[in-house]
Amino acid sequence: MNTLIVNRQQVEVNDEGYMKNPAQWTTEWANQVAAEYGIMLTDKHMEVLNWLRKKQAEGVALSIRKVGQSGIVDIKEFYQLFPGGPLKVSSKIAGIPKPVSCI
Amino acid sequence: MKNLLILGAGTAGTMMANKLYKALNPDLWKITIVDRDELHYYQPGFLFIPFGIYQPEQVIKPKANFLPKGVNFIVNEIEKINPEKNRVSLLDGRMLNYDVLVIATGTVPVPEETKGLKGKLWYKDIFDFYTYEGTTRLADKLKDWKGGKLVINLAETIIKCPVAPLEFAFLADAYFTEKGIRDKVEISYVTPLSGAFTKPKATAMLSQLLEEKKIKVIPDFYLERVDEERKVLISYDEMEVPFDLLVSVPVNKGDDVIERSNMGDEDGLNFIPTDKETLKSKIHDNVFIIGDATNVPASKAGSVAHFEGEILFENILSYINGQPLEAKFDGHSNCFIETGFGKASLIDFNYDTEPLPGVFPWPVVGPMGLLKVTRANHYGKLMFKWVYWHMLLTGKKLPVSTHMSLAGKVTA
Repeated sequence: MNTLIVNRQQVEVNDEGYMKNPAQWTTEWANQVAAEYGIMLTDKHMEVLNWLRKKQAEGVALSIRKVGQSGIVDIKEFYQLFPGGPLKVSSKIAGIPKPVSCI
Repeated sequence: MKNLLILGAGTAGTMMANKLYKALNPDLWKITIVDRDELHYYQPGFLFIPFGIYQPEQVIKPKANFLPKGVNFIVNEIEKINPEKNRVSLLDGRMLNYDVLVIATGTVPVPEETKGLKGKLWYKDIFDFYTYEGTTRLADKLKDWKGGKLVINLAETIIKCPVAPLEFAFLADAYFTEKGIRDKVEISYVTPLSGAFTKPKATAMLSQLLEEKKIKVIPDFYLERVDEERKVLISYDEMEVPFDLLVSVPVNKGDDVIERSNMGDEDGLNFIPTDKETLKSKIHDNVFIIGDATNVPASKAGSVAHFEGEILFENILSYINGQPLEAKFDGHSNCFIETGFGKASLIDFNYDTEPLPGVFPWPVVGPMGLLKVTRANHYGKLMFKWVYWHMLLTGKKLPVSTHMSLAGKVTA
């Protein structure tokens, strides 16, 4: 079993470092993982992360396009907040499973 | 007399009309099907037209040929669906009431969604191949093309027949090799996915093939716009890919009527919220959705429509008889992947199981090989055209199980 220690708590993660149980998520986790990507979390980041967590809990299949329609950021801003693969990176920080393409 | 209304007479709608017509008592049920087009296009054939493997006339037949005589076929534009009133209005003003509605309105490429795609380069240096016009125009272009940078780009992750762009790349490699100008053509495959395909095992096999064929993959590229002056693709994070000839797979959307009827999901792509197992609308009790029109997390492909058809048929009969909907779709998808030079590969998967190696459809004897490149697979793909026109559309049983089977597969 892979675990990561965040704030002296053991957090279960998969091979790629994604949190297995979104309920274990804390802002400490978010800050620690974001730092690995060189990201300093701002209120805007947190707004996106909370939206992702909420949608994931509702069972919505997330996509970059959906984030762009969230009313929080457009796709361009999403890329600026989480450079590289914005959905993969933000999902990891948000403590939700890696998004899967359905096809 | 009750009304069963089917919207869309493509692969899924035609198949449902045939199956339901055979099962429902014509004294009790009237079946009506509506489509804007009188002609049925064999869409898997579009892939072969640019390379001269199929001629355009081989992929078109009148829709009426495939519908039972007792089904009322209306050729008209659908204006609006009003599921609260169980009514559909047509452009010519006709109102159709229904007791059960089947939506099979499909998906279309919408190049207008991306700036610079459908501008002055459209059908000059930028082509699609998922439409009859696009693929026939591209055939003309390729005849005289002398070489340069050929870029194949997927604008979105949710597209019809997700393996077709890869097949296009493989067939292009073979086409230019046979023409003797392969050394003058640089082929790039530019995708928003992190690799050639979405499922890891299939991606590994396909990535190797792409490398062997010297097709360059540029992953994680999410197209924002096309710079028409410089002939460059630009992503949301400002990466650039130059092209001489762009073969684009534009953003795919559900039909406009879904938007007009305000029935799409929150993606804004006009796909309808659908229960992924029963294929019933998540909102309306007497509305069912099949094929590319749904938002279920399965491929948008004819094989999926076929497997869904078996399930939906059972569930509609259960619904009509007041019984619970017990048939469950497992996400089964089955795709041939043409790899050029008379060979093809084959993948078979569902919601939970990724493509596995082995033989198909029968254990041991095959004759087709899964995740392998063989001649038998290529003949399977060519034979499928006959199966499509003569068996699939008319709702006959195919020798392939509806639920994905692990028989013949290597699971270790």
